[in-house]
Amino acid sequence: MLSSLPSIVGFVRPDIDWHAVAPELTLLGVGAVITLLDIVLLERGRAYTSALAGIGLLVALIPIVTLAAAGDTREMFGGAFVVDDFALILKAMFIVVAYIVVLLSTNYIAEGDYWENEYYGLLLASVMGMVLMASARDLVTIFVALELLSIPAYLMAAWRKADPRSNEAGLKYYLMGVFASAIMLYGMSLLFGLAGDTRLSEISATVAQEGSNPVVILGIIFVIVGFAFKVSGFPFHTWAPDTYEGSPTPVTAFLAVASKAAGFVALMQLVYVGFPDAQDIYQPLLWILAVGSMTAGNLIALRQENIVRLMAYSGVSQAGFMLAPLAVAGDIGGEALSAVITYVLIYAAMNLGAFAVIIAVARRTASGEIRSYAGLFKYAPGMTVLMTIFLFSLAGIPPLGGWFAKFAVFRAVLEADTGWGYSLAVIAAVNSVIALFYYAKVARMMWFEDVPEEADTTSLRVPPSLVAALGLTAAATLLFGIYPSVITHFTDGTLIALP
Amino acid sequence: MESFLNDWGLSIPTFLPIIGAAVMMLIPKDREQLHKLIALATTVAVAVFGLLLLIQFVDNDNYGALNFVVDKGWIDVIDSRYILGVDGISLPLMLMTMLIVPLCVIYSWNHFPEPHNPKAFLMLILILETGMIGTFAAQDLILFFVFFEVVLLPMYFMIGVWGGENRRYAAIKFFLFTLFGSALMLVSFLALYFLADAGTFDMRLLPEAAAGIAKSSQVWVFGGMFLGFGVKVPIFPFHTWLPDAHTEAPTVGSVILAAVLLKLGTYGFVRIAIPILPEAAAEWAPFIGLLAVIGIIYGALGCLAQRDLKRLVAFSSVAHMGFVMLGISTLTDFGINAAVFGMVAHGLITGMLFFLAGSVKERYHTLDMSRLGGLLVQAPRMGWILGFCAMASLGLPGLAGFWGEFPAILASYNPAEVLAEETFRSYMVIAALGTVLAAGYLLWMLQKTAFGNPREEFANDPNVHDATVSEYLAWAPLLILIVVLGVYPQLLFGATDPAVVNSISECLDSVTSGACFDAAAGK
Repeated sequence: MLSSLPSIVGFVRPDIDWHAVAPELTLLGVGAVITLLDIVLLERGRAYTSALAGIGLLVALIPIVTLAAAGDTREMFGGAFVVDDFALILKAMFIVVAYIVVLLSTNYIAEGDYWENEYYGLLLASVMGMVLMASARDLVTIFVALELLSIPAYLMAAWRKADPRSNEAGLKYYLMGVFASAIMLYGMSLLFGLAGDTRLSEISATVAQEGSNPVVILGIIFVIVGFAFKVSGFPFHTWAPDTYEGSPTPVTAFLAVASKAAGFVALMQLVYVGFPDAQDIYQPLLWILAVGSMTAGNLIALRQENIVRLMAYSGVSQAGFMLAPLAVAGDIGGEALSAVITYVLIYAAMNLGAFAVIIAVARRTASGEIRSYAGLFKYAPGMTVLMTIFLFSLAGIPPLGGWFAKFAVFRAVLEADTGWGYSLAVIAAVNSVIALFYYAKVARMMWFEDVPEEADTTSLRVPPSLVAALGLTAAATLLFGIYPSVITHFTDGTLIALP
Repeated sequence: MESFLNDWGLSIPTFLPIIGAAVMMLIPKDREQLHKLIALATTVAVAVFGLLLLIQFVDNDNYGALNFVVDKGWIDVIDSRYILGVDGISLPLMLMTMLIVPLCVIYSWNHFPEPHNPKAFLMLILILETGMIGTFAAQDLILFFVFFEVVLLPMYFMIGVWGGENRRYAAIKFFLFTLFGSALMLVSFLALYFLADAGTFDMRLLPEAAAGIAKSSQVWVFGGMFLGFGVKVPIFPFHTWLPDAHTEAPTVGSVILAAVLLKLGTYGFVRIAIPILPEAAAEWAPFIGLLAVIGIIYGALGCLAQRDLKRLVAFSSVAHMGFVMLGISTLTDFGINAAVFGMVAHGLITGMLFFLAGSVKERYHTLDMSRLGGLLVQAPRMGWILGFCAMASLGLPGLAGFWGEFPAILASYNPAEVLAEETFRSYMVIAALGTVLAAGYLLWMLQKTAFGNPREEFANDPNVHDATVSEYLAWAPLLILIVVLGVYPQLLFGATDPAVVNSISECLDSVTSGACFDAAAGK
């Protein structure tokens, strides 16, 4: 009887390319196994969970490599799910980032007496949402991916149940996230109402025809603003500092890197596939967002006393740099996309590295105050050098990776050869100097100040998983800076498949 | 040997210091003697390599063109390549760097400033050396930019960790000023890249490719470079970081800062800004000349107002770099030759003066000139060396300083044809006044510190003794070079002149006739 159901409702199963969805399915499978493990082994399973999550993530890389080797663009569901170079690079990035977050979490979660199975299960669910986002070329798919990656993150932000700050973090993140989703949905409904189709390719045609229709303009603005929340762009960044500070630090690292990148992935897809012809609307909007984010983020960061809050505002400013090429995307085309992806990849390495150091140091000082870094060079020189590398890389000092990220942005905005582009370049140049000031503030604390009297100055013990995370991120940060071709090899050229 | 030098002659000395630093990183920090030996061995090896390069360079007898060129792919997508090479302009500066750094290691052998830690200190010096040599060798704008920035971090930490009382402020000021300049410089490089539309950052090709850029855009692009290099030099209104950085830096840091880092800025003008954008340079030249003479006078007056010996030497740097910039701003090959000579001479002489200031500070624990005095009585050899260096610095004929200042003044009598003669002749008069002031403050300094009798508080201080072996070893090569170059300046001019003519004059001459323009338009 069940077999006759499809014929009754007229449902035809669309063709599914199992290879193309293999990364998502792997993550789903591993997540399910972790949950089952908890039910079967109970307490005995706890020790294996993080290793299993890590291995599962690495396994999910295999289909990405084979898909990249096959090299063709795959489409499913009438173009709602697309696997192209763009999707593959970002999927790989999300998975590697998640792997490093697992490394960061291992000791933190195990020693903090938190529930491990749920934690890693939720982490994998969130990563699955991100991986799906990289392929989503349809409003509904984008929305589902967004919620899939956000809802577990709301829970993870509040993971330190006993701490009111963590509760505040989770609640704030949740409320702002839902608010942003609502705005975005409203924008999407406007676009859908005119186009009569949720696929970005169809919307693109409608936008091209009715570019000056106020409904289209409103729809585009709402959708972009919705994602501006996600990437913590000014003035929609207000949730970030509180959420970052209250969340468990590995979760903060995850939010600051992966979740932010997911927002950019969606923005890039919308700009390039959804409304490429609406540059008169999105360019000025993104220009304002970019300038506002980099300037406001920097200025507020100058006054921070807490390292995580500083990283939050620095993240706002970095988001401004990532938005900048998109503000000239219509003028220069695919180069802006390459610049943003380059930036996102390098940012992921250096920012995760900085959080790894923060976690390692907090194991000793149990504090997030920048003051607690005083004299770190005296008793933890290795950690100091690593933090210095990450911070100055974030500031964009050659030969550390960050310089090439900034360079790619400068190159993109100048290539536009417009007043908007030139002004953006000059503002970005001034901002990179301001940014140096607060990164150097932390460096100064570590190198120049004396150790506080009461501090414990025996050498710092760092667990192996953190060492691995530090090693990976530091090597990547240096390699990206000295030989940027490793990145441009992937990010150059036409990445996103246009219908 | 020749083919080895051609392929690897520049890459090895550029990266050898980094390798040395990496080796040191792996050795525990309490093995101080080993660290010192590794640092010395590395820097001496680099210097020996420099000597080999010099011999081969003379043997090639092609001073005007780039020697030992390496051209390999680096960042293909932005058309930036790994291109190294030296000609008669960069070779003297590079050799000076290779000489100064081992001398700094020798000098600090037994007196590392607080908080000691030779491992970190020497590692920073080695990283600095890579950045400095790389900057002089790079022939690609992006590669140049990267090396140019590599020197920032080590110097920041050197000032901030090992510096004097006010070190935190001085360190961040140095960093922010330089970074501000170089951020705009990078924007200029990129604008140049897109405007020239030749798809290259190769300094060898850009002069031709940039000729087609509209003059108004050229002027803007030059402005960005002017800020980037000008802060580093430092030209007058951007000089405020320099006295602070110099005063607070440890002795060796001051020496490297004065001898080499400042030259990165002037070298940038000579190597990049002027050859690539000669027309814009002609527009900017009177303005640069003006700032240069303001710097000369301001620096000299600043010196006269100082109580601190090190700060005085720092302000004298502002004045001396003013002469170098004046030479450059004349846009004649004579003036630019003088500028290159001035860079080397200033490197040797001011480097020496900072060494001496450091040694004075170590003996007296103060640099306050009102408390010093009688150095000639207590430490006669050191006193005489200080006198010698003061003479060299004020431009006494027969010593190296003369050949940096005098030709620069002479060149401004007769600037390039495009420039207004009257303007530059008045600059000349002001600059000449500056030399008188220089004599004034240097002799005054000498009187205060070396002459007279020692103050009571130091009269029987056993800490005040004459120069030590490591000091002699570190100073002798510099002193010898100051005399040799002073007596036989052709040694240096012979190398720089063909290069200046080749890389700069050709295009500069044609600015007036418009030939540079036509050549590009006709292609």
